[in-house]
Amino acid sequence: MLTVSNVGRIFPGGVEALRDTSLRLDESDFIALLGPSGCGKSTLLRLIAGLDQPTSGRMLWDGRPPAPGDIGFVFQDATLLPWSTAEDNVFLPLRLRGVSRSEAMPMVHAALHRVGLTGFETARPRALSGGMRMRVSIARALVTRPRLLLMDEPFAALDEFTRHKLQADLLDVWREAGCTVVFVTHSIYEAAFLARRVVLMTPRPGKIAREMTSALQPAAETRLDPAYAAFVAEISRAMQAALA
Amino acid sequence: MRGAPALFGLLALALWEAAVRLLGVPVYVLPGPIAIVQAFAADPVGLLESLTSTLFVTFAALAMAAVLGGAMAVAMSASRLAQAAIQPWAVALQVTPLPAIAPLIIIWVGQPFLALVVCATIVAFFPLFASTASGLASAPPELNDLFHLYGARRWQTMRLLRLPAALPYFLTGLRISGGLALVGAVVAELVAGSGGFASGLAYRILEASFRLEIPRMFAALVLLALAGILLNYGLGAIGQAILRRRGGV
Ligand SMILES: Nc1ncnc2c1ncn2[C@@H]1O[C@H](COP(=O)(O)OP(=O)(O)O)[C@@H](O)[C@H]1O
Ligand SMILES: [Mg+2]
Repeated sequence: MLTVSNVGRIFPGGVEALRDTSLRLDESDFIALLGPSGCGKSTLLRLIAGLDQPTSGRMLWDGRPPAPGDIGFVFQDATLLPWSTAEDNVFLPLRLRGVSRSEAMPMVHAALHRVGLTGFETARPRALSGGMRMRVSIARALVTRPRLLLMDEPFAALDEFTRHKLQADLLDVWREAGCTVVFVTHSIYEAAFLARRVVLMTPRPGKIAREMTSALQPAAETRLDPAYAAFVAEISRAMQAALA
Repeated sequence: MRGAPALFGLLALALWEAAVRLLGVPVYVLPGPIAIVQAFAADPVGLLESLTSTLFVTFAALAMAAVLGGAMAVAMSASRLAQAAIQPWAVALQVTPLPAIAPLIIIWVGQPFLALVVCATIVAFFPLFASTASGLASAPPELNDLFHLYGARRWQTMRLLRLPAALPYFLTGLRISGGLALVGAVVAELVAGSGGFASGLAYRILEASFRLEIPRMFAALVLLALAGILLNYGLGAIGQAILRRRGGV
């Protein structure tokens, strides 16, 4: 889908956030970008989204470059419009493309249903819990049926029980939607549980230290699987070695 | 608990009246509350008409300031050029003391009512303008990124993100500017004096002070203060109601 080729990003002021980074994204893959904070994970995600441009290197898309709606983005905060209902928040990406309300509503309700929010269509963000707000945010990213879903530490601010539930539900959503997911996290457990491929990053300057492939089932039961604990240990060792 | 402010007020008034009487303070220095009420009762229609006149100027100025301040803030947020052109003038207007330019405005505008409105608008303009401008820029950068990601046009970002984000700021500005519009109206009336629009409350205060009708002067002052308090609470309540209706800040 996308080849990130020897990409570097130096911010004005001289911070080298990313150096010589190469990465391939395949169709229907689930990649975790894992690393300590400040190692350039968000920078890489923004470059992939086209929200920022690399200082060096290239981003090569297979076929046509992405159009608006081909990429969904979920931030650490739900970043909903506080004055709009859940429904209107999910409607937003379609509205910006000129889709009429009546045309959009079936898609909006399908997206809300997919994240388990049927019945909360007219609720305002203020009336929803943190986990539910994040679900609205995910529904908003899914409503355009993106080929690529980018998520920047989306569950980092949630309590552990809510986080586990959302992680399991995200796997279902991913399998149903069939899109590629790039999931930024600083949690080894989260990366090991979710990803098909774990990409380890190290800071100053940010770069990719290692890639690891998961042999686990992408399912909720995986958390109890001894192989999951083993994978967590393997990633931890690799991280220690990379940071040493 | 809720009656505490009223109770405190009554107590203060009683103390005031007692002090004035016991110390034998002459009425032309400090009248007691009863003398002030009597002065009001002597000519309620005249004083209330003057209050209406001043409030008329206040509301006209507030409306002008809301339209101009809002529109200029939007123009500034939509275009760098407009920002470069408007900002220094807005600041210049804000730091110029009204009494210094009011005489000029009164001469230039000619029509007395309009001249007062222009003066009060100048005072009321800046808080509305400044708070609306910061409200338009208040949306978190992630939301701006999101609009960018979905290929939003500039007018779409304005209509669906910036304007709604600015609404609470605009309403706060309106509340602050309401009080300032009243102050501006009074100051302009004072500067205009009898040559101006000789019917506002400030004119009544001047007139009463020339005639040493100090209780009447106080009565006019009390009306003015009450009007300011009501204006402040009223605009605050309207703002709250609008935000509540919208359902979210
Ligand atoms: N817009 C920016 N301007 C300057 N420096 C930045 C900017 N964005 C990020 N950085 C710096 O780049 C480095 C990597 O940041 P980031 O990609 O946000 O890391 P992460 O998401 O892994 O925590 C950090 O040192 C950060 O301070
Ligand atoms: Mg980050």
